[in-house]
Amino acid sequence: MTRIGVVVFPGSNCEYDAFAGVQQLGADAEFVWHTATDLAGFDGVILPGGFAHGDYLRPGALARFSPVMGAVADFAADGGRVLGICNGFQVLTEAGLLPGALQKNRGLTFLCEPTTLVVTSTRSALTASCQLGAQLSIPINHFSGAYTCSDETLAELTSGDRVILRYARNPNGSRDDIAGIANAGGNVVGLMPHPERAMSTLVGSDDGRILLEGFLGVAAAV
Amino acid sequence: MIFPVVVDVTLREGIADPEGATIERALPALGFSGVHHLQAGRTFRFDVEADDEARALATARALAERLLSNPVIEQTSVRMGDA
Repeated sequence: MTRIGVVVFPGSNCEYDAFAGVQQLGADAEFVWHTATDLAGFDGVILPGGFAHGDYLRPGALARFSPVMGAVADFAADGGRVLGICNGFQVLTEAGLLPGALQKNRGLTFLCEPTTLVVTSTRSALTASCQLGAQLSIPINHFSGAYTCSDETLAELTSGDRVILRYARNPNGSRDDIAGIANAGGNVVGLMPHPERAMSTLVGSDDGRILLEGFLGVAAAV
Repeated sequence: MIFPVVVDVTLREGIADPEGATIERALPALGFSGVHHLQAGRTFRFDVEADDEARALATARALAERLLSNPVIEQTSVRMGDA
């Protein structure tokens, strides 16, 4: 059975949603405390949302130095699937596993609302099950979610087909409407929206399923 | 010896500064006119144990770049503080 490690930092708060989302899709989930140094046996690792280490200094700035991040880097280098959601995305950029940075939202507003995402690349572990151009309703919940990067990085991301999700209507001032990106190998992905909070129409949308299904490598149940 | 050090962290040129822009927009309403290009940043002060001033500054610079700032969007400047 597919086994997913959900990393828990002091201050993470979306780990149970991620855990439940993984289980809902028939895979095994296990919490991994941030002091762990070994991720052997996992088929994928999720860095969940929240406020790791209180977001002190900058979101992800301290979490990046948690012992587990060395193991995450090794896991990613070996081709392992790593998914950073919201704060997890911020941690991945601070750790240098994904390029760019997440800045304070345009307008300095904490945003908590559904957004429409457009799948702009299927060449990633997260969007592998999606149709190109598909629109997904996935909520955001962040203060520092405006993706920022240099012109060179943007050119690399674009030419490498690594911008995987864009906002249909830019909520936060994110560069080029970017909501999620992947590394060159497509195995490390990060996004600000929360697919694990869109797992059932009961809560407004189950469009998160197809993303997590892609990440788990299970066939899309269209 | 102990050397007091000050590190300033500001956004790189060209990086949007919503905090600075918001502060600047509030100024006219408070009667301040003619204030432009306001940039928000952060200052860190600490003491460094080192043999000399150059080494203290080098340590401060290294930690400013590794932890206190995100080089993707921020720049740092390091100087000696008041003893």
